[in-house]
Amino acid sequence: MSITLDKVSRDVAGASWIRDVSLTLERGTLSVLLGPTLSGKTSIMRLLAGLDKPTSGRVLVDGKDVTGFDVRKRSVAMVYQQFINYPTLSVYENIASPLRVQGVARGEIESRVRDAARLLKLEPYLDRTPLQLSGGQQQRTAIARALVKRADLVLLDEPLANLDYKLREELRTELPRIFEESGAIFVYATTEPSEALLLGGRTICMSEGRALQVGETPLVYRRPETIEVAEVFSDPPLNTVGIEKKNGSIFYSGGERASVTGLYEGLSDGAYRVGFRAHQLEVANASPGRHAFVTKVSVTEITGSESFVHLTREGYNWVAVLPGIHEFLPGQELDAVLDPNDLFIFDQSGRLVAAPAAR
Amino acid sequence: MARIDLVDLAHSYGGGTYALKPMTMTWRQGGAYALLGPSGCGKTTLLNIISGIVTPSQGKVLFDGNDITHASTRERNIAQVFQFPVIYDTMTVGENLAFPLKNRGLPRDKIAARVGEIAKLLDLTPYLDRKAVRLSADAKQKISLGRGLVRPDVAAVLFDEPLTVIDPHLKWELRSKLKALHQALDLTMIYVTHDQTEALTFADTVVVMHDGAVVQSGTPEDLFARPAHTFVGYFIGSPGMNIVPAGVKGREAVVSGHVIGLNRSYDNLPAGGKIEIGVRPEFVHVADPAPGLLSAQIERIDDLGRVRFARVRIGDVKFAATVPNGVAVPEKTVGLVFDPAHIHVYSDSLLVEGRA
Repeated sequence: MSITLDKVSRDVAGASWIRDVSLTLERGTLSVLLGPTLSGKTSIMRLLAGLDKPTSGRVLVDGKDVTGFDVRKRSVAMVYQQFINYPTLSVYENIASPLRVQGVARGEIESRVRDAARLLKLEPYLDRTPLQLSGGQQQRTAIARALVKRADLVLLDEPLANLDYKLREELRTELPRIFEESGAIFVYATTEPSEALLLGGRTICMSEGRALQVGETPLVYRRPETIEVAEVFSDPPLNTVGIEKKNGSIFYSGGERASVTGLYEGLSDGAYRVGFRAHQLEVANASPGRHAFVTKVSVTEITGSESFVHLTREGYNWVAVLPGIHEFLPGQELDAVLDPNDLFIFDQSGRLVAAPAAR
Repeated sequence: MARIDLVDLAHSYGGGTYALKPMTMTWRQGGAYALLGPSGCGKTTLLNIISGIVTPSQGKVLFDGNDITHASTRERNIAQVFQFPVIYDTMTVGENLAFPLKNRGLPRDKIAARVGEIAKLLDLTPYLDRKAVRLSADAKQKISLGRGLVRPDVAAVLFDEPLTVIDPHLKWELRSKLKALHQALDLTMIYVTHDQTEALTFADTVVVMHDGAVVQSGTPEDLFARPAHTFVGYFIGSPGMNIVPAGVKGREAVVSGHVIGLNRSYDNLPAGGKIEIGVRPEFVHVADPAPGLLSAQIERIDDLGRVRFARVRIGDVKFAATVPNGVAVPEKTVGLVFDPAHIHVYSDSLLVEGRA
């Protein structure tokens, strides 16, 4: 099965929530909807599920137009950020409930519930009620109920956002395996770039109701087509600086002049915007071929394994990440160094013109 | 601003089991503390005891040596910031910030000066005359933070998961703001969270709680480099520490029949204890299989963009290991290279000191 959104837009009370989105989702694939709050992730899910109708454009299932069809004729399961379970039913009955509604035979229910419980490590808790479970177990129950239906389309709307950090980490690593075993079309919405990277699959980068870029997750991360995509897909936030190439030199806005090396070599003269992620900015002595900036430390955050150094320079705020522990004092001057082979160059309209070769 | 002592403190909500097991500890005046742990670990109970919402069933709370165990929240003179914004929609941003000061009867010029200072630190100056009602949730939470920090005379400022509802990009901004605010304002701050990044980046001292007890209190570096308890190893770090059953004798650990060399000697391990070794994924890396290297089967590669971790298996034992930059990963079998300086030995979950 496949689902296609074909030039879909949706307006609500005069405001446009979804703008001209086209994408196709295939059976057995996972697609991550990545974007900040209010970027349109939930709206896309509701359109895919048939809960909302597009203002313009078409929704196709296996090439057939189903734009106006009743949602009950579609095979959809949904998991929300808030865990929703029946508080008085046991975990077993919670998972079994959609099958009872469908009138599935007793033996079949038993085997499907056991399978889903095994997959989600819920076997020891089947006789408990949801309130006797931890948040992670409750959300796993909701996911098991979504899987047991064997719906063609499974929509997960920030399903881990309300969970403890460690539980999130554990479920995140289990989810790709669960997706692989089930074979449905999975769509997973998140605000967090690291979650998209861990889940893999394809990423649909969303901003202000538009699908900015759709592609294999690592590829979207490593070759963002626009500066907007790079911004959505960076955590810590993307660092940027303006440059101009002229007279055989690179002039960084703020003053530094550097030689034309690395990715700058292929550019024609003119003004550009350069983007680089925190790990692409080194805080070290300038080595040959690299471009150095004088910056001032505003604050250092240490996580134990890494240190995040917040820097200011001529109207720009940057973040660098260093492995290990490095304590710098606020106000301290630091050399920050860019490798001209390892950055993203965008034209004035924000389109990518040069990026590091994917490894 | 005060020093806070918890003396033989414990709490039970009834029913015999402790929500908070007996503890004695001191919170330094002017310190930035985080209380970190999963839900149900007792961290909110502890915060509520410090703020006066909960009266402990045993022990004492001292502020600067004065017993305030039975004093009300107001008498304790503390400020609190909660998970969701608590502000007055009908007031301007400036009036919201001034409110806790007006309430205490501060003179007008002092109020104006302090509100100006806090607004500047939080980048709220341009919004001081705007009504709060139309601001975004993020901006409202920023005002809540400002209200928590505006009084210079509080014994402590308590934060209960203040960034949970904030988008990732703004979290970066607010977290570094909070840290800068602590440095600028010299207040005792206690920050409760289940998010290790928030705890480790904000605090000078992170207090890790597990099952109603403090299992370690230390700098982020201590918690990362020398976890005192296997729970700390697991909970801090992403992925957490590899903790695997091992036979340990002298300078060798045996894992699934393979020998791993240790930097220190462990001759006197307690008899009958559950012995494990712990090593962080950052201190094990994958390499081409070679004689002398522990060989492991690759299950999966997690590509996090700036780092890659290999999930591997040695017999029944699962391991996470770093894939160094620029290294191509073999399809199936890899050799594991350990940094022996960072392998720790645990007996019944507690760190054992070896001999040099």
